[in-house]
Amino acid sequence: MASTITEKILAHASHQKEVAAGDFVVADVNYVMAHDSTAPLAIESFYSITDKVFNKDKVIIVFDHFFPAPTVAGATLHQKSRKFVADQQLSGFFTNGVCHQLLVEKFVSPGDVVVGADSHTCTEGALGAFTTGLGSTDIGGVMATGKCWFKVPESLKFNLTDQPRKGVYAKDVILNIVGEVGAAGALYEACEFTGDYVKNASISSRLTLCNMAIEMGGKNGIIEADQKTLEFLNGRTGKIFRSDKDAAYTDKYEIDVGAIEPQVALPPAVDNVEPVSAVEGRTINQAFLGTCTNGRLDDIEVATRILKGKKIARNVRLIVSPASEDIYFAALEKGYLQELVKAGATVCNASCGPCIGRHEGVLCEGETCVSSQNRNFTGRMGDPKADIILASPATVAASALTGKITDPRNYI
Amino acid sequence: MRAWKFGDDINTDVITPGRYTVTTDKKRLGEIAFIEYRPEFAKEVQEGDVIVAGYNFGCGSSREHSPVAIKAAGVSAVVAKSFARIFFRNAINIGLPLFVCDDTEKIDDGDTVEIYFKTGEIRDKTNGAVLEVKPLPRFMQKIVDCGGLVEFLRGDGYDNV
Repeated sequence: MASTITEKILAHASHQKEVAAGDFVVADVNYVMAHDSTAPLAIESFYSITDKVFNKDKVIIVFDHFFPAPTVAGATLHQKSRKFVADQQLSGFFTNGVCHQLLVEKFVSPGDVVVGADSHTCTEGALGAFTTGLGSTDIGGVMATGKCWFKVPESLKFNLTDQPRKGVYAKDVILNIVGEVGAAGALYEACEFTGDYVKNASISSRLTLCNMAIEMGGKNGIIEADQKTLEFLNGRTGKIFRSDKDAAYTDKYEIDVGAIEPQVALPPAVDNVEPVSAVEGRTINQAFLGTCTNGRLDDIEVATRILKGKKIARNVRLIVSPASEDIYFAALEKGYLQELVKAGATVCNASCGPCIGRHEGVLCEGETCVSSQNRNFTGRMGDPKADIILASPATVAASALTGKITDPRNYI
Repeated sequence: MRAWKFGDDINTDVITPGRYTVTTDKKRLGEIAFIEYRPEFAKEVQEGDVIVAGYNFGCGSSREHSPVAIKAAGVSAVVAKSFARIFFRNAINIGLPLFVCDDTEKIDDGDTVEIYFKTGEIRDKTNGAVLEVKPLPRFMQKIVDCGGLVEFLRGDGYDNV
């Protein structure tokens, strides 16, 4: 039977010759992750089941959603998770990056099954693994057993051809796709990205594509591993699976990347996508560059190119949070962060930053933020009467420069 | 039981905004359900009331705080045309009953409804409509019958599936 890459990985992990969409399987999990926001509930569930994790090297805790703690309540939750890390003698405990970025830098290999108590765990599928987000009780169950049940998803294929025009990036491509497919258009499905564009894209761009599979309701984003992936793995090895040519897909989207303009998603929904020209000139109060979607070195590089030697608009705050310590150091070495600070940016620690509205730049009523993050839901970054506009790092930087939503093509 | 009607794509930031979820206290989470989107909800909802919604209920974040908050507020079940997958798993895992039903537009906000959990039938007492729900896959029904994932894993777990 012809199979998709997702079916093959789930068959392998559940010790079966083959599985088909719709089957229920119990799969071995390579890594299970929770962060400071979701770990406390997962820990409660875990201790209701057992008192020892299935493997202390495969359970990973990351503090990224509110680190360092901005409130007493946050510090109290951190204390609870730290005790779990110590009591279970976990080897994987981090406070120096966004969980998904740390997982791809240090752990995930092609062919793995990885689950995280964060919806954007679909990001890591860019390395050719099956990776998906779960809630805390599920994660507690995996910490206890090393296994997880899945309904094998049907697959959607996104065939991306041609190359983007100048000023158009992976974020514009995926926003365009989310706008086309809709917030529930890929519900429960595997989102498989293929085509020349994907083949030529950097690992960073591939991560951006897979990151937003969940914004269409997708179960996982996935891209077949290739030579570029193996080089990125830096010595880690894995098992490379590929979709059969005649594998079954519920739908196939043909997308001409060369026809896409810079995009924005307008509040309050990620699928409310328009070309940047639709809102060009709208006043902004904050610009945010970072997150699991777009906080990598190439994102910081393009922002630096736009802002080097200039000053951001007087009434704008530009907040930058590199997605990991490695990226932070690389951006320092290349002088990007220094240039951004000279231009007026505030650089935060490597973390989720203000994306979830808990610290490092919350919005008040009536304000608008243009952000490289992945969600623009009402109230996400602060007051429910604040607006969030999603865009590429280039659009974020160009908008910070002018103080208005700005097409980046005139600035690069 | 009163029906509380919601639309499509009700996301987890609407159900439990991230700024309010820095806690695992279930009672507190019950008090903040829909706190900004529909502030009267948590104050007026009665034990046993039902949420009735459109497509893709619970989309967005993986935060389990959302179904926990809905359950802790007193809601006995959520009926929707479809659910976002993480929310769906979370609700089953914590024992919040969910029903998938194609005809939720037949129920209006404030209607009195009854759910017959065994037959999978919803009756709108206000307008007389009778709605059918889709049964859960057998595997998931087993977790529900155990009372949630923790109880499932404390029992036979994956040994007999």
